[in-house]
Amino acid sequence: MLADALFLQLGYNAALVALGATALGIAAGAVGAFLYLRKRSLVSDAISHATLPGLALAFIVMVLLGSDGRFLPGLLAGSALSAWLGLWLVSWMSHRTRLAEDAAIGAVLSVFFGFGIVLLTVIQSLPAGRQAGLEGFLLGSTAGMLRSDALTIAAGGLVVLALTYALRRPLLMGAFDPVHARMMGVATRQVDLMLMTLVMAVTVVGLKVVGLILIVALLIIPAVAARFWSDQAERVVLISGALGGLSGYTGAALSATAPDLPTGPIIVLVAFGLFATSLLVAPGRGLLATALRHRQVQQRVHLRQGLLALAHGQPIYEGLTRRILRRQGLTRPDGVATRDGRAAASRALRDENRWQALRRTEHLSELATRDDGLTRIEDVLTSDQIATLDATLAPQKGGA
Amino acid sequence: MGFEFVALSLPPLVIGVLAAMACALPGNFLLLRRQALIGDAISHVVLPGIVVAFLITGLVAAVPMMLGAAAAALAAVVLIEAIRRLGNVEPGAAMGVVFTAMFAGGVLLLEQSDTSGVHLDVEHALYGNLESLIWLDATGWASLTDPQALAALPPELPRMALAFLVVAIVTALFWRPLKLSTFDEGFARSLGLPTGLIGLGIVVMAALAAVAAFDAVGSIIVIAMFICPPAAARLMTNRLEHQVAWSLVFATLSAVLGYVLAGYGPLWIGAATSVSAAGMIATVSGLLLAAACLWAPHRTA
Repeated sequence: MLADALFLQLGYNAALVALGATALGIAAGAVGAFLYLRKRSLVSDAISHATLPGLALAFIVMVLLGSDGRFLPGLLAGSALSAWLGLWLVSWMSHRTRLAEDAAIGAVLSVFFGFGIVLLTVIQSLPAGRQAGLEGFLLGSTAGMLRSDALTIAAGGLVVLALTYALRRPLLMGAFDPVHARMMGVATRQVDLMLMTLVMAVTVVGLKVVGLILIVALLIIPAVAARFWSDQAERVVLISGALGGLSGYTGAALSATAPDLPTGPIIVLVAFGLFATSLLVAPGRGLLATALRHRQVQQRVHLRQGLLALAHGQPIYEGLTRRILRRQGLTRPDGVATRDGRAAASRALRDENRWQALRRTEHLSELATRDDGLTRIEDVLTSDQIATLDATLAPQKGGA
Repeated sequence: MGFEFVALSLPPLVIGVLAAMACALPGNFLLLRRQALIGDAISHVVLPGIVVAFLITGLVAAVPMMLGAAAAALAAVVLIEAIRRLGNVEPGAAMGVVFTAMFAGGVLLLEQSDTSGVHLDVEHALYGNLESLIWLDATGWASLTDPQALAALPPELPRMALAFLVVAIVTALFWRPLKLSTFDEGFARSLGLPTGLIGLGIVVMAALAAVAAFDAVGSIIVIAMFICPPAAARLMTNRLEHQVAWSLVFATLSAVLGYVLAGYGPLWIGAATSVSAAGMIATVSGLLLAAACLWAPHRTA
């Protein structure tokens, strides 16, 4: 069953939904990366909650006009309109009053959502409202959907993805180099407008699949996860898109295997799993890599200090240093240096003396700031320069 | 009229007002500390908390559920902080990661477990059921002095009253440190105040209010009341004392007007049924905030 789902063998509708969810996930991941890099992730929460009144109003209007009200493109158009109004209110409040943006976001999301709930109870009292199924838009439901709805979702996902691809250059410039972007004739306001339009498009297409409460997760989680894998702007966007697409695809496929697996939460949980994995194992910024690096630096510092102590003939009391020296065969169990140990100690001492000499020289002393107790002087200076340094050391060379 | 009002409308009205005030009070500090969205996060993670509590105990009882909700809120705060620090992730995004994932987990657990026949579903969690909190033993205004009838009050009422009292008393007791650390954290720290602990205390107060209110009125009012009344109050005055007072006034107004409009508004325009009181209370609080944004004396800095 699971394999069938993952290879899209569960019917035409399920395959269409999975395709749509994948395209949507890629687009959401990429758009979310831009949002995250601009530190505006939570604006999307306001936008998504603000879709509810428009969705409900669109239903009511369509019922009043005589249709059955469940025409998906009509519902999505309504939700886009109210999302736009919510977004405009957030920026109006944070620019025109002294309220901060987070307060504006919270106010818009709760009030629009509350008003949407009022409208939902109105719809339930309409004769046509009993089977409206608008609750499905809260958490996403793709089970038993119409062929036309599945097509709308697949097409919508692909359109959003294409739009994101088309706008990638100005978005990248706006996110990382606003000054350069302005010189190239791209105003920050325009970039923001494009970005928010894309966020809105992702939200609206995602309503039926992920639901308006959780769509924000698809815009935030892949981006945060991708940030662990790279420091480079374009790569973060690509990785985030890949993670988002993977979440959308796996989530939609899994939820097609059982009727009581709601699509939205599954997609979000898959994304969170990818995030947790990234947090742990990503090279560079992941926790394991950081811990490993920390340990390596610690060992090198202890080794260096231990060797210098050996060279000066001082006793070593610190436990970790003693263990490291013994494990590398530099000291005997009783703490006396082996032949290797003596050689390594004298090398360490020579390095240390050269660094000190370097600090005393006039024309090279700024290089001495790179002395962190770990860098070998051979990595900083040429052999000629070292020879000159050694010449100044020669009279006091002593035991080294 | 007297009987109907006391039995059907008075308890939900009082519960609504208490819930609104209990949330608005800590909301003032969250707003000023730029943590307004913590309320949003807390009210989302309450759902997995009560679902897990239900799965463990098998009971739909207030105490285990509130404990579960409180534990979930605490876990969320810890997780957000951990992700923020360990991964060097921006706070808003860390919050977004945690509360959406926990909410998704709660929904999934709920759908997977057999809760049919049990009064527990996502819709209930979102918009509560204020209208159903009626007082069947009331016979009229005289019941307010009748101990036997009072004993049959909906249990949400004393619980909500207690939560509001706790929040109010703690706020009053720690007023000076709260004010100092909110406006000038550096100065407060130099006076030796434990600012980190105070910050955590505010979040705990918010969680207490959210968990208590959630049970009675659903999370949508909780989020709205954390933000809208304090935000409107912030535009009315520059003094914290006045801001808190205004926020309580706005919270009360929202709850009363919202409840009345939801219950009787549709009847006035000829519709047969009432609409969601929770949604209407949130809507009214938004309208009040909109009015404050347009006309309040201190709307710009």
